[in-house]
Amino acid sequence: MSSFFDRVFGRSGKGGSSVKAKERLQFILVHDRINLPPERLEEMKAEILKVISKYVSVDSDHVDIALQKRERSPYLVAEIPFQKTVEAPDDDESTPAPPKPADPADKPKPQ
Amino acid sequence: MAANGGEAGSKRTAQRAKVVTITSGKGGVGKTTTAANVGVALARVNQRVVMIDADIGLRNLDIIMGLENRIVYDLVDVVEGRCKLRQAMIKHKQFPELYLIPAAQTRDKTAVSPADMVQIADQLRSECDFIIIDCPAGIERGFRNAIAPADEVLIVTNPEVSAVRDADRIIGLLEAENKNPAKLIINRVKADMVRKGDMLSPEDVTDILAIKIIGIVPEDDAVVTSSNAGMPLAMTENSRAGQAYRDIARRLMGEQVPFAQVEEPSGFFKRLGRIFGGN
Repeated sequence: MSSFFDRVFGRSGKGGSSVKAKERLQFILVHDRINLPPERLEEMKAEILKVISKYVSVDSDHVDIALQKRERSPYLVAEIPFQKTVEAPDDDESTPAPPKPADPADKPKPQ
Repeated sequence: MAANGGEAGSKRTAQRAKVVTITSGKGGVGKTTTAANVGVALARVNQRVVMIDADIGLRNLDIIMGLENRIVYDLVDVVEGRCKLRQAMIKHKQFPELYLIPAAQTRDKTAVSPADMVQIADQLRSECDFIIIDCPAGIERGFRNAIAPADEVLIVTNPEVSAVRDADRIIGLLEAENKNPAKLIINRVKADMVRKGDMLSPEDVTDILAIKIIGIVPEDDAVVTSSNAGMPLAMTENSRAGQAYRDIARRLMGEQVPFAQVEEPSGFFKRLGRIFGGN
């Protein structure tokens, strides 16, 4: 659904500063809408992981918790893979299906 | 209106005016210019229009409209009972059915309440087709006043990060007030910069804000020259921005208008017209 206006404006290159503007805006607005500044979001993420880690062992290298917006509604989307436990008899059952990842272009950078 | 007698037998009297508030959050994006031009554009197509400047203490709409020398009473005089509503309505020279109720210059926003605005709009509703309210910048009392009677809210923004952020804030506030979904006017679009990828495109902005668009107004030097003269450019032909404002007026009246048919050397608008118009 990119680009009705892109075509209208004959915009070809995607390298201009407008790309940066759009990324920054999306990041700013998603935080504005839930009234949670980025620093607090980081704290919240750390706390969520801490709680989850109390119960299961998390593959912390591949955790992805980020705010996204769909239309005007903000979502917290978390992808938290678990460490595979060698002892567990039903190995594949311990890894739940991750939530459907969204288009990475829409995802605000976590840092 | 009573001030404009002789309309006996008009079939339009049964209709109720649509109250349209022009707002933005951020200052300086072209709210007042937009309000003036949309009002004039509606009057040009024989709509009966009352414009209200809700920016108490910083009145400007009268100047942009070229009516500053004819103010006797203002909005606060009406609210405080020093004059009748129609005494505060300045009639435009060129358009006999275009009126302006100016803001007070020496008072502040607390002189008017949202309930006052609703009451004034209700008094006018049966006597005109459109009530256009020019909202002050910000999200405080003046904003509350301006949106209180609104049936439709138009948010003016520029293709620029801080203006879009403020527009988003306004959208959120309107959602919280359960207003009809606001529509967007993207003002001061520079087609050449968009083409180079150095300015947010209208699609970038609507994509980010997720609301409907009702106007794309190109950057146009004629905006400055026309406000110098107190003649909103929608009054005359031959300006790209003026055409964009006239298109907004027609969309407000419920017409399906392709996004601009005016041409410029680069062919920017020609292409827009082709795609929307399909002919």
